[in-house]
Amino acid sequence: MRDGEVFVVELTQFSGPLDLLLSLIRDEQIDIQDIPVARIAEQFLARISTLALDEAADYLEMAARLVRIKAQMLLPRREGDESWEDPRAELVRRLLEYQQVREVVDVLERRSDDRRNRFARAYLPQNFSSPAPAAAALSLSLPELFAAVDRVLRAALKPTVHDVVPRALDVDGAIATVRAILALRAKARWSDVISRSAEPWQVLSTLLALLELAKRGELKLAQPRPFASVEISSDSASEAA
Amino acid sequence: MIQLAKLLEAALFSSAHPVATADLKAMAADGETTDADVMSALDELRRHYEDDGHGVELIEVGGGWQILTRPEYTETIERAQLAARPQRLSAPALETLAIVAYRQPIGRAEIEEIRGVGAGQMLKSLHERELIEVVGRGEGMGRPLLYGTTPGFLEQFALRHLGELPRADELAVALRDPNAPRVVNREPEPNVGSETARQKAASQNSDSPYASVES
Repeated sequence: MRDGEVFVVELTQFSGPLDLLLSLIRDEQIDIQDIPVARIAEQFLARISTLALDEAADYLEMAARLVRIKAQMLLPRREGDESWEDPRAELVRRLLEYQQVREVVDVLERRSDDRRNRFARAYLPQNFSSPAPAAAALSLSLPELFAAVDRVLRAALKPTVHDVVPRALDVDGAIATVRAILALRAKARWSDVISRSAEPWQVLSTLLALLELAKRGELKLAQPRPFASVEISSDSASEAA
Repeated sequence: MIQLAKLLEAALFSSAHPVATADLKAMAADGETTDADVMSALDELRRHYEDDGHGVELIEVGGGWQILTRPEYTETIERAQLAARPQRLSAPALETLAIVAYRQPIGRAEIEEIRGVGAGQMLKSLHERELIEVVGRGEGMGRPLLYGTTPGFLEQFALRHLGELPRADELAVALRDPNAPRVVNREPEPNVGSETARQKAASQNSDSPYASVES
C-alpha cells in the first residue's frame, strides 16, 4: 500500500481474503493446483489497495503470505529433488477447503430459501405457568360485601390529600386595568401597568392581557432593544402619531 | 382418515415448531400405539395433503414434523402482511455456519483459519439467532469454547438431520490430499443433542469420512 492511502471501511463484495483470492483465480482461469504466485500476488495487492476493504489486517496478512510464497518459489532447487515441498501447497489446501465451504454455502442458501418460502403456524405459546382458572360465580351477600369493603378501606393507608390551588389568573381584570391606563395616557410602559410588588399571577395576567389586546389590535407593543422596558401604545395613538 | 392421523394433524396444526415423532407417539397415550402406527398415520396425513391438493403440506424437519404452507402462496401471504419471510443470512454468516455444521464441535480459531477472517462477531450473531450453541470446551490453551449447530439450524434450513447435507465426496471440489483436508468430513453424531457424544468426537478428532453416515 502506498503512503497516504487509507483503507476505507467497506466490505461488501468479498467475505475475506480467500474469497478475493478465489475470485482472482477464477477471473484469470488459473489452475488452482498451479498458481502463478508472482502474478496473483501482484493482482491481490493491486486489488486491496483500490478496493477499500474493511478487515484490512486479514487481507494484509494474506498479502504478506503471498509475497513470502513468491520469494520461496524463487529459491533455486535441484532437478528431481524429492524433499522439495511446493511452498504453495498450504495455500492450495486452504483455497480448496474454502471452496468446499462455499459450495456448502450454496446448498445452505438453497435450503434456506426453500424453507423461507414456507410459513409455519405463527402461534407461539406465552410464558404463562398455567391458564387462569375460569372465574367462579361469586356467592356473597350484600352485608358481606360491605364488610369486605370496610376491611379494605380500614387496611388502606390514610389517603394523602393535596390542596389544589386554582389558577388565579385574572386576565379580564388585567385587560380592564390596561384599558383604563391607556384611556388616560396614549403611551405606557410595562412598569406603569404592573406594580413592582405584583404577585406572579398578576404579572402573568397582565402579560396575557397585553398580548390579547395586541392581538385584538387595541394596542401596540414595542421593545426598543432586548430586555428594555416594553412600551405600550394604544393603536389609535400610534396612528395619530 | 384414521383417528390417530386426525389427532396428529391437530397437534401439528397447533404447534409453531416441529413436533418430534416421540412426542407425537406419547400423545396417543394408550400404551398400544407403536412407532410404526405413528409413521403410517403421518404418512396418511402427508398423502392426504398431497392428493387432495391442500394449501399446506407435512414436512419432516429437524427430527420432527411440521405443517407448512406451500411455497406458491408465500408472496400473496406476505403481501397481505399475515406473515413475513425471515431475513436471509449474509454470505459470511453462511460460511461460518457451514463450517460449524460440518466440523462441529469446532472452536473459533479453527473457523478463523478456514475463512481467513475474524469470526467473533459472526459467532455471536449466529448464537443470537439460535443457529449455533456452545457444546463444550476444547483441549489446549484457554480451553476454547466449542460450537455446534442447534435444532433451530435444522429447522431453518429444512433439514431432517445433519446427514442431509452433501457429503465431502459429493461436493465438486474434493480435496486430493487425504492427510491435509479436514473440512466436510466429520461424521455427524447420530444423537445431535448429546454432549457426551460431541465431546467424544472432539477428543477423537476423527477423520472418518462423512460419507459413511447415511446408512
